[in-house]
Amino acid sequence: MRRTVAALLRKELLVELRTLESVPGMSLFAVTTFVVFHFALNQNSVSGDEAAGILWVTLLFAAMLGINRLFVADQDQGGFDAFLLAPVDRSAMLLAKALALLAYLLVLELVAVPAFALLLLGPSLGQALPDLLVVLLLADFGVAVIGTLVAALAVRTRARDLLGALLALPLLVPIVIGAARASSPLLSAGHAGSAGGRWLLLLGLYDLVFGLIAYAVFDFLLED
Amino acid sequence: MIELDGLVRRYGEREALSDVSLSVASGQTLVVFGPNGAGKTTLLRVLSTLLRAHAGSVSVLGKSLPEEAWAIRGRVGLLGHDPLLYRELTARENLRFHARLHDLSAERVEERLAAVALTDRAEEPLKTLSRGMVARVAVARATLHDPELLLLDEPWANLDPAARELIEPLIGASATRTRVISSHDPSGGLSEADLVLGLRAGRPALLRDAERVDPSEIAELYR
Amino acid sequence: MYGRGLRTLSIATVAVMAIALGLVFFYAPLEAEQGFLQKIFYVHVPLAIVSLCGFVAGGLMAIQHLRTRDPRWDMRSYVTIHMSLIFAVATLITGSIWAKGSWGHWWVWSEPTLVSFLIVFLLYATYQPLRFAIEDPELQSRYASVFAIVAGAFVPLNFLAVRLSTEYLHPRVLGSSSNLPAKMQLTFLVSLLGIALLYLTLCKYELTAKHTRAQLRALRRTLVGEGDPSYRRSRSAVPSL
Repeated sequence: MRRTVAALLRKELLVELRTLESVPGMSLFAVTTFVVFHFALNQNSVSGDEAAGILWVTLLFAAMLGINRLFVADQDQGGFDAFLLAPVDRSAMLLAKALALLAYLLVLELVAVPAFALLLLGPSLGQALPDLLVVLLLADFGVAVIGTLVAALAVRTRARDLLGALLALPLLVPIVIGAARASSPLLSAGHAGSAGGRWLLLLGLYDLVFGLIAYAVFDFLLED
Repeated sequence: MIELDGLVRRYGEREALSDVSLSVASGQTLVVFGPNGAGKTTLLRVLSTLLRAHAGSVSVLGKSLPEEAWAIRGRVGLLGHDPLLYRELTARENLRFHARLHDLSAERVEERLAAVALTDRAEEPLKTLSRGMVARVAVARATLHDPELLLLDEPWANLDPAARELIEPLIGASATRTRVISSHDPSGGLSEADLVLGLRAGRPALLRDAERVDPSEIAELYR
Repeated sequence: MYGRGLRTLSIATVAVMAIALGLVFFYAPLEAEQGFLQKIFYVHVPLAIVSLCGFVAGGLMAIQHLRTRDPRWDMRSYVTIHMSLIFAVATLITGSIWAKGSWGHWWVWSEPTLVSFLIVFLLYATYQPLRFAIEDPELQSRYASVFAIVAGAFVPLNFLAVRLSTEYLHPRVLGSSSNLPAKMQLTFLVSLLGIALLYLTLCKYELTAKHTRAQLRALRRTLVGEGDPSYRRSRSAVPSL
């Protein structure tokens, strides 16, 4: 299993490096969106709830770009057939794709969070950074799992980009709730506190439940 | 090797394959003829374990499908219309990927690249290669794991005569290799066959030993 | 075969709903704060409960479908979700009316149940477009089942998340029904029964209709043969049996 996941992940990252289809687009989209927000809100800096909201909405929509692309190369070129014919555990594809998406999200955040701190965020991020990283990681895991599931569901349909977004956004609402509520105190002036434990718990619970469900149903999406 | 009894495969309310029964012994070659939409590709996909039968029994390599499908994966090779390769990756990267999926060595990859005479183009992305070359890489992919059962969907379509000769040892008749080939070429296909199946609208219209089949009967299927 | 018991069920539904209506208008006392408007609670909450149970049931039926690969389970899952979606819209509308009457706004974010419903509605509204967008019928059924399972698991988690996020804004108006005086409790329970029966009856009607149509198509196919153009179904979101 581990060998298969490694092989798949390697292929995934190789294709992404060659085409640079997902990550640069996602990152650029995030930065551009921050600029749009500045003009839309007519504000030079934001903090607290507002900041959390802008950050997470932007990250979410940028993630959608990556999610929509996740299975496209396989569907159009490499095909799932070769994988399905190999003597391997099929859940490996779920793991590999989710890990790849997670990697893309982490790179996205590496660009987007500093950009956000630079362009829009009022209070300084320094002290709150470790806590924020925890929130980001927990939320990313959930987005990666849900994103992989939704991407697999949408890729064989006719309006794949549209359906992908329509399916993913409601499913990601609880993650937005958890992540935004948890980040809000971290993005407030004077570092008003640590991320509330209950929100981290919510994120963790969501990640766990959907991780298990994804593992259980994914095989059924791959068959013909 | 292959035993089909009353195989039915539906597509919605239509029957893509209807009551197909046949038996292929180890080392034999079955050639399937029929117009487009007759069910040739569907049959190949059922035999490969990619599709399950809706009715009837299917036994491949002595294992009953779909329950024991996991036991024969890795022993079957499918070469379809789709090369199943990533255009952005090189031939070597594509084959190495498949090798890893089948737990095969890098040497095997080099060996196959040499067998299809593409070692010197192995480091270029597939999108820069001609269709014939991509077809050769596809053959390498399908036979990388030395499958006991080869399922070939119009394999010679994109290949020139030189290429055909080149891949003959990989997909040609052999005692250790059972083959099911779908073909549109009555005379060419017939010469490869031990057993002939003619499909029309999913139903077996013709099932006979190759020597007793006349090319005109195959042309009839397309009428 | 599917139509058995349909008449009994229909009669029972009409009877219970009539009793419920009677109770609502003549038996249940007027609530002090909200007056007559509060009576919409007897429709809104049962609709919500039945709709949610329906969504979860749709997910459970989808699990059965994936396990047994019997297309009838897919049909049941489809009808259940379809009907629950309609009841969910009704929930949102009655909730909105109540909000307008109680707070003067057609929509309030402070009522977690209503908000959760909106999210659930938005999710399940993609069920039929998803089905319609997949042409291969077997793929369609399988993907729809996966969706139903994921969405069914999502419903309770979503409620939890939304409730957590709105907790400190407003005291919850819907309250728990155990705090209600006895007369109201009885009315509520009868209403709940009535709406549940309505749901089951409508589902059964739809299942029977679809099953009959499928049988008709099968008969036609046997009589006319494969060449019959009328049996070449165009793309459809409805599962084929």
